[in-house]
Formats: sequence, structure tokens, C-alpha cells
Amino acid sequence: MDLDLRLPLGLMFAIFGVMLTIYGIVSDRAIYARSLGIDVNLWWGIVLLIFGVAMLALAQRTARRRHDADRT
Amino acid sequence: MPHLHLGAIDYAILLIYFAFVLGIGVVLKRFVKSSEDFFLSGRSIPAWIAGLAFLSANLGAQEVIGMGASGAKYGMMTSHFYWLGAIPAMVFVGVFMMPFYYGSRARSVPEYLKLRFDEKTRGFNAITFAVMTVFSSGISMYALASLLELVLGWNFNTSILLSAAIVLVYIFLGGLTSAIYNEVLQFFLIVFGFLPLVLLGLKDVGGWAGLTAKLQVVATQAGYANGAWSHSWRYLGTASANPMGVDWIGMAMGLGFVLSFGYWCTDFLVIQRAMAADSMTDARRTPLLAAFPKMLFPALVILPGMIAIALHATGGGLLPVGADGTPNYNMAVPVMLGRYLPTGLLGLGLTALMASFMSGMAGNVTAFNTVWTYDIYQSYIKPGRSDRHYLWMGHAATVFGIVFSVAAAYATTRFNNIMDMLQLVFAFVNAPLFATFLLGMFWRRTTGHGAFFGLLTGTLVAAIHDGLSLPHGAVPGVKGAYLGAALHIYPSEMAQNFWTAIFAWTACFVATIVISLLTARRKSDEDLSGLVYSLTPRIIDRDLVWYKKPATLAVIVLALVAALNIIFW
Repeated sequence: MDLDLRLPLGLMFAIFGVMLTIYGIVSDRAIYARSLGIDVNLWWGIVLLIFGVAMLALAQRTARRRHDADRT
Repeated sequence: MPHLHLGAIDYAILLIYFAFVLGIGVVLKRFVKSSEDFFLSGRSIPAWIAGLAFLSANLGAQEVIGMGASGAKYGMMTSHFYWLGAIPAMVFVGVFMMPFYYGSRARSVPEYLKLRFDEKTRGFNAITFAVMTVFSSGISMYALASLLELVLGWNFNTSILLSAAIVLVYIFLGGLTSAIYNEVLQFFLIVFGFLPLVLLGLKDVGGWAGLTAKLQVVATQAGYANGAWSHSWRYLGTASANPMGVDWIGMAMGLGFVLSFGYWCTDFLVIQRAMAADSMTDARRTPLLAAFPKMLFPALVILPGMIAIALHATGGGLLPVGADGTPNYNMAVPVMLGRYLPTGLLGLGLTALMASFMSGMAGNVTAFNTVWTYDIYQSYIKPGRSDRHYLWMGHAATVFGIVFSVAAAYATTRFNNIMDMLQLVFAFVNAPLFATFLLGMFWRRTTGHGAFFGLLTGTLVAAIHDGLSLPHGAVPGVKGAYLGAALHIYPSEMAQNFWTAIFAWTACFVATIVISLLTARRKSDEDLSGLVYSLTPRIIDRDLVWYKKPATLAVIVLALVAALNIIFW
């Protein structure tokens, strides 16, 4: 199949990561009472962003290899 | 319970997820050129994707909400549904059965039955399976809509129509590939949506040690030994010592053997994902790779339920309580989401929940349209048409499969008893199936008549067993004893289910052997090549690196699962 699943997967989680990270920075600390005082949006946002970017990087690497292989 | 309040960011996450789901369907549309592309992804899916889809396809309503509920109701024993009731069967199907499914080039499980046995065995399996998938998908939709109504106050009709429309669009456009890709998205959503919940919950109760201490209170309040909620095997010696009311024989034979192998090794819903793999090796590795995350899933889906009941018992009523004083276990996971996740992560958690319901539905619909088109329409209604015609039929079947599911969802709201009865009948039909496949694949003498009448005997014995027994405390009716007498009272409904399965399987196994020996063999050894173990050349994976071989993976999986059983004994 010609759509590398890691592209939409990585993109979606990178977007979620950015959204949660920013929201974690700007949101009122009071909402974190239920998450035991931890700014989980910020921390989990960073985790999702790393996962998303890693998936995109893997997809990119495969695409570049295939491109190189096609040329030779 | 008060409705959860969602913020703008929560809705934004949900909408972005919907956009990706539909976008994948749109992009994949141009790759669908033949019926094989639509129904089997053109057999081009790499093992890791097929494996995650194999896992997610059955990760519907039952799994996420139901396993959380069981975690609260039965504690650590719920892990048997994974470590005993799934992993060994997944290893078996990968190592021993996939060579016949994939190697025979059958396009569905019923089609394998046709190749191996005869037309009537295929017809029986295809028709019961098609009806079953439509109703399962309807039940899944019903569960989603009533949950959203309860937790968020959303309109029931809107939820049903919205989820049905989204699933319809992405399957209609991209077929099985679309369903598989979305199942992988859903897998990661569940992991990332539920993991923070588990981590926060564990931190709150004081880690595993704190949790087991609190669960002792739960166990003693219910009248069981201290550790009944935090051990998987220790209290299985007698049925009365554990909340499930099952002993180790019923557990190992009923769940671990009959039900588990019957589901994972013969249900086309999951097998279809492996059949879509791009090579024999990848088809065999599909269930084996799925086994790794599968054995860790108890931490994601059972643990929240266990934490919820621990807090409920020691922190003063976390769960809503019914009129008779028992907590509403089904609310364990939604309550936990609302308790720990702030706006933002809450959106992610709810999206994960919705994704799991929609994939459960999509899995059923893709299995339905394939069996309908290949095994019913092409076989009995309009054989010999062009591939284009069947591709068109697949699209049409997707539409009416979803329409039937919606109808089934509404039927569930009206007639709860009819649903219970249907599920009971499905259980009777499913219980003996694995005996037929086992004999068919490993004993060349098994005949078509043997398989067909063996299956009927097994189904009948299941119905009779259920009709003459009753779970403790139940009244005769849908729960059993409908044949007039309760000859045996089981300690729980689960015990009754497990023993029904054991009786059905044994009856089917014996009847198939006897009838096969009495009837003439119609298929020669040549016909059965590729379909039966002794008549199929062994697969030698000599050119694979050792760690990529299915056999190596199988050994690693079994060693890990044995270790988990011992750790949480």
C-alpha cells in the first residue's frame, strides 16, 4: 500500500502533542487539582510530540531510502 | 452522576481525530481497484500493522469498558482473559493454523471450510457469522451511544448516526485497508489516552503495594480471603473461594482452551487482519506480534477498574451504586477518566474511548461485507460475475451492513431480552467451532458430513446444557433452565458459560470423529494439500534471521506470559 501509515499517525500525535503542550503552559493551574497537582497536559503533550515526530522521522527515512533505490 | 464537562480543546482533539479518520479513507480510495484490494487490502499489509489491527479489531466496547468493569468486580483474576484466554491461542493460530488459512489462498474463514469440507459447512458458518457481526456491531454502537448520553449528556440518536456515518464513509472509501489503518491509530490512542490515567491512579493509591492493601478491604468486605482481588491463580482451587465462582478446571478448559481458541483461531474478524498480510511469514507473525502488546493490556484496561473499586471501598463511594447496593461496575472506567484527567487529556481519553467503539464496529462491518460478498452473494446468489461487480457489491454491503447495525442498535434499546437471547444463540454456535477446525486441519479423515453434523451436535448440546442448568440466584429463562428443569446450579453465570463451552466442544469433537468414520471421504489427498497438516509441505524459514522466525517469537511470547502468570500468581 502506498500510504505509509506512520505519516498520518505521526502527524496526528504531533498535532495533539503541540496542542496539549501549549495548553499545559497557558492553562490555569487550578485544573490540575484532580491530576494530583501535576501539569499532565504539559508533560503528556511533550511525550506525544516526541512519539509523533519519531514516527514522522521513520516514515521520512523509509521514503528517502525508497527514493534513492528508485534512482539507482 | 453529574455529566463531565468538556472544554474547547477536548472537542478540538475529537474533531481532529475524526478528520484524520476520514482523511485516511479519502487518501486510500485511489488504491482500491479490485475486490481483493477492498476485502483483503490486496494482501499487502506489513506484519506490524496487521498485528496491531489484529489486536485492535477486538478492542471494542467489551474490552475497554467491560474489562475495566471486570477488574472492579473480580480483580486480578480478570487477567486470565489475556494471559490464559488469549495469548496461547494467538501463538497457536500464528504457528500452526495460519499456514492453512494463508497458504490455501482462501479469502475468508468460511471459504476455508468450503475448500476443506463442503458447501453446507461453509454456508452454515457464513450465514451465522454474517448475522452475528451485524448484531455485534449494533450492540457496540448502542453501548457507545448510551455511554455518551450518561457521561456527557449527548443525544443518543446523534451519537449513533454520527459514529455510523463516520465508519460508513471510511470503510466505503478505503475498504479493509482503511479499517486496518484506523485500528492502528486507535491502538495508539488507547495506549496514550489510558496510560496517564493508570499512572495517576497508581500514584494516588500508593503504587502496587498501596493498591493491594486497599484491595484487601474490598476482598474481606465481599467475604473472600485477603488476596482474592490481587492474585490471578491462588484462589482458583475451589469455585467458592473467588468472586468469579469458577475453579481452575473450568477456567483452563472453558476459557483457556475452548472459548479462547474458538475465538482467536476461527473468528474471521481477527483472522481477516492476518490474511491481509503481505506474505506467509508476515501472516504468521501477525498474531505473534499482536501478543506482545496484548499481554501488557491488562495494565491499561483492567488496572483502572481495580483502582476504581479500591478507592470506592476505602474512600467512600466513588462508583454510582444501584438500588440493591452493588456498585455499577460498568462506570469504573468513565468515572476514573473524569476523576483524574483534566481538560485537555480528558479529550484524549474520550477520543480513545470513541475510537475503540468505532473500530469495534468497523471490524465487524469489514468482516461482514467480505463474508456476505464472497461466501453468500458470490456463492449462492450471483456466481460468475466480474470482479467489478463484486467490488460494487462490497460497497453496497458496507452500506446495508451499517444500516442493519443501526437497526440492531435501536432493537437493543427496545427489546433487551431479544439481544440476550441472540447472544446466547451465538455462543452456542461458536462454542464447538474450534473442534471442527482442529480435526479438519490435523486429521485428513475428517469428512464434510462429519464436520457439518458435528457442528450441529455441538450447538445442540450447548443449548441443552444451558437449558438444564442455572447460575446461582438466577430465575429460569434466558439465563438457563428453559427446558423445564435445573439439574445443576453453577456458582456463577461465568462458570455456566465455561461449562457450556466445554460440553459443546467435547460433543462436537466426538460427533465429528464418529460421523467421519461412518461416512465416505470425498476429498482425495491431493484436494487436501495445503489444507491439512500432514499433507502440506513444512514451511522452512531458513532465510530469516533467527529473531524474525515465527517459532522464535512464539517461544519468547510463551516464556513472557508464563512469567507474568507466576509474578501475579
